[in-house]
Amino acid sequence: MNRLILAFGIALLAALPAYAVQPDEVLDDPVLEQRARDLSKGLRCLVCQNESIDESNASLARDLRILVRDRLVAGDTDEEALDFIVERYGEFVLLQPTTGGANWLLWAAGPIMLLIASAAGFSYLRRRSRAVPQGTETLSAEEQQRISELLKE
Amino acid sequence: MVTELGHFALILAFMVACVQAIVPLVGAHNRWPGWMALAEPAATLQFLLTGFAFAALTHAFVTSDFTLRLVVLNSHSLKPMIYKVSGVWGNHEGSMLLWVLILTLFGAMAAWFGGNLPPTLRARVLAVQSAVAVAFFAFILFTSNPFLRVAVPPFDGQDLNPLLQDVGLALHPPFLYLGYVGLSICFSFAVAALIEGRIDAAWGRWVRPWTLAAWVFLTIGIGLGSWWAYYELGWGGFWFWDPVENASFMPWLLAAALLHSAIVVEKREALKSWTILLAILAFGFSLIGTFIVRSGLLTSVHAFANDPERGVFILIILVLFTGGALTLFAARANVMDAKGVFGLVSRESALVANNILLAVSCFVVFVGTMWPLVAEMFWDRKLSVGPPFFNMAFTPFMVLLGLLLPLGAMLPWKRAGVGRAVRQMVPGLVVALALAGLAWTVQTGRSLLGPVGLFLGAWIVAGALTELWTRIGRSRDVTRLWRLPRADWGKAVAHMGLGVTMFGVAGLMAWEAEDIRVAQLGETFEVAGFELTLNEVRDVRGPNYFSTMGDVTLAKNGVELARLYPEKRNYPVAGMPTTEAAIDYRFLRDVYVVIGDEQEGGAWTLRTYVKPLAGWIWAGCIIMALGGSLSLSDRRFRVAAGARRRKPLGVPAE
Repeated sequence: MNRLILAFGIALLAALPAYAVQPDEVLDDPVLEQRARDLSKGLRCLVCQNESIDESNASLARDLRILVRDRLVAGDTDEEALDFIVERYGEFVLLQPTTGGANWLLWAAGPIMLLIASAAGFSYLRRRSRAVPQGTETLSAEEQQRISELLKE
Repeated sequence: MVTELGHFALILAFMVACVQAIVPLVGAHNRWPGWMALAEPAATLQFLLTGFAFAALTHAFVTSDFTLRLVVLNSHSLKPMIYKVSGVWGNHEGSMLLWVLILTLFGAMAAWFGGNLPPTLRARVLAVQSAVAVAFFAFILFTSNPFLRVAVPPFDGQDLNPLLQDVGLALHPPFLYLGYVGLSICFSFAVAALIEGRIDAAWGRWVRPWTLAAWVFLTIGIGLGSWWAYYELGWGGFWFWDPVENASFMPWLLAAALLHSAIVVEKREALKSWTILLAILAFGFSLIGTFIVRSGLLTSVHAFANDPERGVFILIILVLFTGGALTLFAARANVMDAKGVFGLVSRESALVANNILLAVSCFVVFVGTMWPLVAEMFWDRKLSVGPPFFNMAFTPFMVLLGLLLPLGAMLPWKRAGVGRAVRQMVPGLVVALALAGLAWTVQTGRSLLGPVGLFLGAWIVAGALTELWTRIGRSRDVTRLWRLPRADWGKAVAHMGLGVTMFGVAGLMAWEAEDIRVAQLGETFEVAGFELTLNEVRDVRGPNYFSTMGDVTLAKNGVELARLYPEKRNYPVAGMPTTEAAIDYRFLRDVYVVIGDEQEGGAWTLRTYVKPLAGWIWAGCIIMALGGSLSLSDRRFRVAAGARRRKPLGVPAE
């Protein structure tokens, strides 16, 4: 019975949500706090599904938020703090992918595609503007007959 | 008993679909009228049978029949009735059944309203539509059967995911599916036209209303989902660039492109092969969306059924239909030569620019969504592509689109001068610049996003108004506005909706104010000019949850504006907590309050957000959908249908 109560208690505790940034995490220095917030918006909560640690309710996210603040308080620049976290948790933690390695393709995909599409579109438009209007406006026998019917009315 | 009948009806529908996919196609090839004519009653029958199966499943949910596995997993006898019904599609199997129900509905509608189509085209459209249905019937019956029983029925069910127990989300899937699946008809029209080898202005006219309807439904569905995320997830974001959101956004972008390129086909007989390609891709992206949600391939908050077997099945469907259609396209694209001739500056070229921007932005979303998968497969890199990437890579295309839109919308067909359109837009430009300048001076040292967004929003709205004004002509007779075709109104209204949404996005992202604190009971604190007081916190019991409810007074300059009741709910059966934010919706801003945990000394964590123009995001969606519906009700679409039928009489249409 005791075990049951314990299990129930644990289940209840687990069910209690701890919401995103807690008041006790907030730094006194508003500039530092703003930097921490901006950084946390770009860091992924590793145990959640596609949420930043700034939005997440998970306890791991809270730990990471505190870690970011600790680094900033210790005097790290934004880049140093990010590097510190990436070193520990891997590239996966960054919501904004780096431009390193093959990732340049990801960043360049849009502009390259726009260039290709614009070139294709432009050449199409030029062909259309130079095309000679086709003499296909001739009517089939059936259509001709219908027209004469209409004209008679 | 009803359940077994429903199951049986579903199997019958599958068989009807098989027949309908083959017989009319053969008939159309050999010009056998009887075989072609089979398609119509078959489409109706298919819809009725699927409708019966869906009704049977709904019956099981409503009566809480816990001998059914699906009901046990997703329902509970204490759940409010509306969520018992919405529970039918709040799970993988049931939502697939809704998917095919809508698929067969569109097939049946094509049969009912397709009286003016040439018989061979109609037979082929219905056959292709039915072939898609065959694949999904097989998917449901062989991998995700909703009608399975359990050997030992429990006393009660395991409840629906509490996050889904919400009105916005009850309606979100049906609308989204109406949009997704509505694109299947455009796909069927495209494939049928390829088989037929004939695409002309009439084809453009037939496809457009379907695309328009699908786009309107997608707009409403996405808007509802976004609104739900705003009030339910507890911090008021409206778009997360989650893979599944992207999955619904990509078809929306392509449907918008298709909508515009079909106009060119209809009016000018150009852009034919591109339009066909878009129709195929738009539905292809709907299938990709289904694949992403149901395969568990990409991590997402929405992932339904993380089952590789099902994923593979959908992948096969995707490859078969998209791949097959694209192969057919490659073989037949050359038969579609353009007829219209137009200058470099013309409505046609503006629509080409619209299509380029929409298609490329869709491509960016696609690459961003799939990149984590690609990187892991080829370079063994585990990385994330999140909102910062999409905001940076996607937004420029929307800015460009917004800049070009009012000018392009006013250019005449065939040949135009830029000068005239620019001159007409000068007042609009002045208004938009003034607004952006005002925003720029009022805010200090913040991002450019706010002023730029306001400029674009005002520019687009002013553009739509200017266009209506120029339609009056020199007479300055305002009553002429009421005689404009509804399609023109629809265009102006839908464009205005886009502008309004841009206002909202800019306002919310640029000027949001946030406050996180431990609030003492009875103590007043200030957030961005508003005074808030937490009066008390009490425990409340709901029908199937326990709630901790705060009572907050919102005031400005000592005048009470509203009482807000933010809640924190716990659903004991599902073992899940949810937050229910309390929102004071106003025209120019929302105040959004969320209650957190109890702190020492009876104080509570309280978050307050002031969200400027938040409501405009969804108001814009509604206006866009309204514009689409207006255009859909245009006389032209109905007259075209009637004129053909009255052909023997030879009465001119207008």
